[in-house]
Amino acid sequence: MSDLLAARGQMAMSLGFHIIFAAVGIGMPLLMVLAEWRWRQTGDAIYLDLARRWARGTAILFAVGAVSGTVLSFELGLLWPGFMAFAGPVIGMPFSLEGFAFFTEAIFLGIYLYGWDRVSPRAHLLAGAAVAISGAASGVFVVIANAWMNTPAGFEMTAGRVTAVHPLQALANPAAFQQTLHMTIAAYVATGFAVAGIHAFLLLRDPANGFHLRALRVALVVAVPAAIIQPLSGDLSARFVAVQQPGKLAALESVFITRHGAPLTIGGWPDPDARTVHFGLRIPYGLSLLAFHDPDAEVAGLDRVPRDQWPPLAVVHVAFQVMVALGTCLALISVWAVWAAWRRRSLAANRRLLRAITVAAPFGFLAVEAGWVVTEVGRQPWIIWGVLRTRDAVTPMPGIIVPFVLFTLLYVALSAAVVWLLYRQIVRAPVGPAVAHA
Amino acid sequence: MRELGLADLLAGVLVLALNAYVLLAGADFGGGVWDLFASGPRRSRQRALIADAIGPIWEANHVWLILAVVLLFTCFPVAFARLTTVLHVPLVLVLVGIVLRGSAFTFRSYDSRRDTVQRRWGAVFASASVVTPLLLGVAVGTVATGRVLAPAGGFRAAYIGPWATPFALAVGLMTLALFAFLAAVYLTVEAGRGELADDFRTRALWAFAATVVAALTALAFAKADAPRMHAALTRSVWAPPLHSGAALAAIGACWALWSRRFRLARLGAGALVSLVLWGWAVGQYPYLVPPDLTIAQTAAPATTLRFVALGLAAGGMILVPSLLYLFRIFKSERALRARPTD
Ligand code: HDD
Ligand code: HEM
Ligand code: HEM
Repeated sequence: MSDLLAARGQMAMSLGFHIIFAAVGIGMPLLMVLAEWRWRQTGDAIYLDLARRWARGTAILFAVGAVSGTVLSFELGLLWPGFMAFAGPVIGMPFSLEGFAFFTEAIFLGIYLYGWDRVSPRAHLLAGAAVAISGAASGVFVVIANAWMNTPAGFEMTAGRVTAVHPLQALANPAAFQQTLHMTIAAYVATGFAVAGIHAFLLLRDPANGFHLRALRVALVVAVPAAIIQPLSGDLSARFVAVQQPGKLAALESVFITRHGAPLTIGGWPDPDARTVHFGLRIPYGLSLLAFHDPDAEVAGLDRVPRDQWPPLAVVHVAFQVMVALGTCLALISVWAVWAAWRRRSLAANRRLLRAITVAAPFGFLAVEAGWVVTEVGRQPWIIWGVLRTRDAVTPMPGIIVPFVLFTLLYVALSAAVVWLLYRQIVRAPVGPAVAHA
Repeated sequence: MRELGLADLLAGVLVLALNAYVLLAGADFGGGVWDLFASGPRRSRQRALIADAIGPIWEANHVWLILAVVLLFTCFPVAFARLTTVLHVPLVLVLVGIVLRGSAFTFRSYDSRRDTVQRRWGAVFASASVVTPLLLGVAVGTVATGRVLAPAGGFRAAYIGPWATPFALAVGLMTLALFAFLAAVYLTVEAGRGELADDFRTRALWAFAATVVAALTALAFAKADAPRMHAALTRSVWAPPLHSGAALAAIGACWALWSRRFRLARLGAGALVSLVLWGWAVGQYPYLVPPDLTIAQTAAPATTLRFVALGLAAGGMILVPSLLYLFRIFKSERALRARPTD
């Protein structure tokens, strides 16, 4: 394995690991705060129990998020010194703001987790709200930095060196809005459905359990609206990509030839040598309609991109299909849940819906991973789109395979420990009618 | 001497962030060291006190390091790139230590109370708390030697040679001893009075002795390995006040420990550690990465620096009150006395 490939692999692995905990860090505080707020509203002690138990799980996940995020901050330099030497001054701003969001998040999480008996109930709830807000803010800031890599802005260059910087323009780069919106919603979808799935599963086994019923309701209140708007936000993303990074859209939709009235290809396997997609299902005019809301619009194809600047087509195309398929499933289940609620069907008795939610538990996180593969692999061979190539940014140090293997083993071990600890927390949840009328 | 500019100011803020990291997170690492060396009849009470002391605050303390890294790569990108390239190996090990320390500490609090389970996580937490400060100190010591040069030659020459020096190792040991000293002193305050406080008082005095030995060792090697730093620390104009300040803080801290004035000892210990850090920083001024990268050379464009300064001011207005609130809740006299484990 070449050092460049090892560095890319290590970065992808570290980010793919961190994003799970980061999404939880955005989603879970909201769920905890909602549960605690319901307790204050209704006086129903089960909600308090729920908030406390969710807080324990969050503490475990948050710690892993914090340490894996620290690894990333260093990896930006350890693996991509050429990138940071160039980009640091331009996108340092969102990272600095993110630093303060981390502070707020860590401070108020400490108060939330350890302060149940030390601050007033009101202050406690507010501390939880501060965690939820700063968690979302840290995600927004770092995704702005990533959006800048896709649509670089806010600097002037002479002879490969940054000569003037406009930090506000870099912050307000063209992709920033759609990416932060899509990612923030994604965090609520992924966390909400994962939590809902766990409690739906437990409710299937123990239908009289009031604890799991309440937990499921709170999780769905967050997950369902988020999952319904996510395809709209994704459509917005796709339309922006069509304009800002036409080559990327061509790759993720496997459009080889520029044409008007381009069809949408669903599924299939792109073959870059034959310049065609095998086994795909073609919907006439579909892509022009989706990307430009006009059946005759011209969609740029890969023929406009020099061959050596194509990203790995199959990876990007398949990842995109996976994300959209999962997103469609989640949106359909959400609409079903809304329908059931509107018909006033009892959630605990609706076993088919509970089963669907159980099966969908990992879908949100899988879609998050797939979506990042689309964005990041789709950007190749550029680390900064059109400005700096990934291979020119990589560290000169040989033997990157060693840290790659080291961190992979470390993260596999951590994942095993986290799964075990969460399992322990979940099996100790209250059982049966004992809580149904507590 | 040229005029101090915004870049120097931001370099100063960077050292301040490191200073906060050392005083706060350094002590959290030191706590891990004393978890490893918990002994005697009060062994489990010692461990419980350490866990209670760092539980609510370690994640916030840890963010100071992230702030320092972010400031470094935003304001001095070329210096960041050089440091992360040449010090790749020790930094990767530091990161592994940070990951293991933080997660094992949290996992221990939420795993089964059974002794074997607690001891297993405790062992990971404690050993990572020893290794991480050591390597962090090696990295800092290496910067002081002026060997963080653009990589040339084979893997050994470019990526191992620079930091595998006796001086850097001695700085690593000194860092470890200082962190352990800080933690033991803080823990005397956390324990209040009584036998538990005395346990940590003894440990603090031992750690102080270890610090002195490590510091003298580092000084002995400095002449050969870090000649510039050695010259700065022995011959410059500000050397006498720095050394007398450090001596005063050290003697004060030891005397206060001896006479069980623990709050005063904490002040002295904090001052000592801060002076050591600032001595290093001022010793290599105006170089960020000696012998070739100065603050001015590596500074980002002026607009970036101005925006970062504004961002720091705005962020500080949220950060400072929040931090004070956190520490008032968990670390004020009343909060410490109300702790259930005492
Ligand atoms: C719960 C997760 C989730 C779900 C259900 C979806 N996405 Fe997504 N998508 C993401 C999670 C995500 C992500 C992981 O958050 C990405 C990666 C980068 C980003 O900003 O968001 C992303 C990126 C991303 C991009 C690339 C943006 C870029 O490269 O700048 C497009 C075009 C879409 N999405 C489109 C969609 C569509 C049409 C969906 C319809 C169902 C959809 N996404 C559902
Ligand atoms: C290159 C990319 C990234 C870097 C360098 C990075 C860096 C970090 C760091 C240093 C922390 C620890 C802060 C602490 O100690 O509290 C952290 C945590 C966090 N990060 Fe990332 N991060 C990256 C990607 C992301 C992305 C894409 C998101 C979300 C959309 C995100 C959201 C968060 C959140 C919410 C936390 C809080 C801790 C948690 O909940 O686990 N990060 N990150
Ligand atoms: C947390 C969510 C993220 C995930 C899962 C993710 C995923 C990936 C993947 C799969 C790659 C490898 C692409 C390839 O080499 O083929 C990559 C590369 C990279 N990503 Fe991300 N990414 C995330 C967010 C971010 C953010 C927020 C930033 C920066 C601010 C970032 C910066 C980078 C850099 C510098 C590289 C290496 C250079 C490159 O391959 O282009 N990523 N990421």
